[in-house]
Amino acid sequence: MAVFNLTVNNKKVKVDVEPDMPLLWVIRDFAGLKGTKFGCGMAMCGACTVHLNGQPIRSCQTPISTVAKNAKITTIEGIGDGQLHAIQQAWIEEQVPQCGYCQSGQIMSAVALLKTTPNPTDEDIDSAMSGNLCRCGTYDRIRKAIHKAAGNAKSSASLGGK
Amino acid sequence: MTSRRNFLKTTSLTTFGFALGVSSFAKDAVLKKISPAIISLEINPFIIIDTAGNITLVNPRPDMGQGSTQAVPSLLAEELEVSLEKVKIVQSDGKGKYGDQTSGGSSSVRALWQPIRKAGAAAREMLIQTAAKRWNVSVSECFAQDGKILLRGSDKSFTYGELADDASKLEIPQNPKLKDPKDFKILGKYNKRLDVPERVTGKAAYGIDAEVPGMVYASIVHSPMLHGKIASIDDADTKKVAGVLQVVRTERTMPHRKSEAVAVIATNWWAALKGKKALKVQWDNGDYEKTLSSEKYFTELYEAAKKEGINYEEKGDFAAKYASSKQKIESNYETPFLSHAPIEPVNAVVHVKDDGTIEIWAPVQGPDWTMRDVCAYMNVKPEQVKINVTLLGGAFGRKAYHDFLLEACHLSKELKKPVKVIWTREDDMTQGPYRPGMLSHMQGFVENNKITGFHHHAIGESIVGQVFKGLKDDEADPWLTGEISTENSNYHFSTASKISWTNVKTDIPVVWWRSVYASNFGWGQECFIDELAHLAGKDPLQARLEILSDARFKKVLETLAEKANWSEKLPVGQGKGLAVFKSFDSISAACITVSKKESGVKIEKVVSVIDCGYYVNPDNVKAQTEGNIVMGLTAAIKDGITFTNGVCDQTNFHQFNLMRINETPKMEIHIIDSGANPGGVGEPGLPPIAPALGNAIFAATGKRIRKLPFDISNIA
Repeated sequence: MAVFNLTVNNKKVKVDVEPDMPLLWVIRDFAGLKGTKFGCGMAMCGACTVHLNGQPIRSCQTPISTVAKNAKITTIEGIGDGQLHAIQQAWIEEQVPQCGYCQSGQIMSAVALLKTTPNPTDEDIDSAMSGNLCRCGTYDRIRKAIHKAAGNAKSSASLGGK
Repeated sequence: MTSRRNFLKTTSLTTFGFALGVSSFAKDAVLKKISPAIISLEINPFIIIDTAGNITLVNPRPDMGQGSTQAVPSLLAEELEVSLEKVKIVQSDGKGKYGDQTSGGSSSVRALWQPIRKAGAAAREMLIQTAAKRWNVSVSECFAQDGKILLRGSDKSFTYGELADDASKLEIPQNPKLKDPKDFKILGKYNKRLDVPERVTGKAAYGIDAEVPGMVYASIVHSPMLHGKIASIDDADTKKVAGVLQVVRTERTMPHRKSEAVAVIATNWWAALKGKKALKVQWDNGDYEKTLSSEKYFTELYEAAKKEGINYEEKGDFAAKYASSKQKIESNYETPFLSHAPIEPVNAVVHVKDDGTIEIWAPVQGPDWTMRDVCAYMNVKPEQVKINVTLLGGAFGRKAYHDFLLEACHLSKELKKPVKVIWTREDDMTQGPYRPGMLSHMQGFVENNKITGFHHHAIGESIVGQVFKGLKDDEADPWLTGEISTENSNYHFSTASKISWTNVKTDIPVVWWRSVYASNFGWGQECFIDELAHLAGKDPLQARLEILSDARFKKVLETLAEKANWSEKLPVGQGKGLAVFKSFDSISAACITVSKKESGVKIEKVVSVIDCGYYVNPDNVKAQTEGNIVMGLTAAIKDGITFTNGVCDQTNFHQFNLMRINETPKMEIHIIDSGANPGGVGEPGLPPIAPALGNAIFAATGKRIRKLPFDISNIA
């Protein structure tokens, strides 16, 4: 066991866990943030996607020992800064989720995409989002919602998030 | 036992107005009043209106993404004249008083359309009667609107809360007047789902998120050959893993058989998983290395195709007519075993308490079926069991099969503490149960350019037979009725037709998968109709219209032809294919456009049409159909499940690939407003997808594909 001091959603979190424990289980079972999901355990489905210093990563394949001490971790609970992120709003407007289980991961990937590519093409979306599986098959709406969020963000001049 | 007091407590109601019970079993719902004085546990409190005006509905259908938490309250809100957000939902707990509580068979709206509306209408009439009495006017002068009863031509009104107590003393009208559909404000209209915000903020609580005090975690080593016996266990390395508490023998209980298993118990699930990986279990696998083989199974299916099956139905002497016909064809259509692969793996928290009562938190499709299985397995009575149904992170049939939950029951009883079992993706994929692999042996003939003879021989493992042990050796699977029977397909073959069946058994566990057998046999039926159309020299649309008599089927196909521009001239290398299939009382058809690309084809577009009769929310009908397009295409062109030398060849999403966003074609959904009784929505869009694709590929390339899945980039 080892003590790790983390910054999750701008809050300090101290955990005492095995160094090889994936960030996913630290977030879920030790930081108590259940919005990040387990789906495959081998970075194939993207349900566990979180941001590490703004970059989307698969937390199920990220041992806690590899997370730098001053790294900033952002989960689905932390993207909105107290309100809904433009992506979350668009997800509601387009009624994207069915079961919703994969959507935390989808949203984390989409938020990261819009940060680097504010006006993504369908191809940009395909390439940024193809690591996230949705068994309910909401892909068509995800595409529409990302375009909508990009448009909304343009008109309201901010993408929110961090 | 849940007393009324407790029930009210758990639903956060502190005051009591009146409650209506409604049985969802009965076609004509029987309404019962539950007055405070005579309240009994045998009465089913489905709907409660309290004196503060709060409306609570006990929703008998778990939400696995199909939208039941919107659909069911919409039925009530419509008749009760309140907005959707006024209805608070409590998930039913599996007790018998709530009737049928399983989300499956696309049944929620079909089954509840009448009973819940009737309950809402009865409550509305009772509230109106109460108001009329207070104002000393006739009921015709009062009307319900937005949670109030209003007096016509005045500004007088009472809220439902103000009327609830007195209303509860009235006789319940047994035949309340339901609203005319033309007056619907909610049903059939676009409404946003109120559960979406929690599903995009990480707040929605699924089974895997459940935690109870004192809980330990279990990861389970299942038999790699599914039914092997444990020869030895070496847990030395497992016990060195920090957090591991103990290693215990357990069992996996499927409906038809049990398997031995070993559980690693730990303080957290990661430790349990690490302990599982370090565990060395030797298995005595008997003959399973030889017998557990999908290749062997399919060989048996193809052998069965050469023999006569058991007749499900026959019109005319098919064999004789087929033998003498001049223009005939015969072919076999194969569909693989498939994993449901909901992204939330199966999981459950179970606490077998010291007093013998059991509390469960789990993502299950039906708390009633769960109750049945838990009571039988644990030898307890329903009043000793409390089931808390969580949200389901997808299910597709898998979470109405309770092996994972009974594992948690077994372990909690053994360990005398709450236990959380989470299966790994590898458990999910390698253990099953699966959609059965099936074969359709097809024969047919044409006369005078018309399809007049048709035989569908359905071959494979029976879900009814394996899961319910409910199929006799000389009996055709009764579930064919709603699948490929001519009554269901609506096809009329004027000379002769036959539907037959052969049950080929397997040790591979099988269960219903989205749209059940329709996902298998729709492939054979609809591709072969295309083959026959080609033989008859007919356009596939025209050939179908000639042998369909039902106006709804025709309308669906004609609408599809119009929306998909069926008759347009396509550039060389492009092709369109269509298919139609009725399942769960809804008729769905799809048209797929493909274009040749290098050695394969690209799916350009999918147009889907559905006639599901009356529906609740057109946007949800579309969402479900979009999902069916993706799942139907995945089943056609991604991976199947195979067993070689006793073990499943696919262990995770790198070998059982699902369709991803970059592979998802453009899609368009059209709903037909037929005004028929509600049909299903969650499944009927799926069966036409694979055959529409197969038929499109034939149109574009001349290559007829008969085996699923296939590699769309290599149509050799």
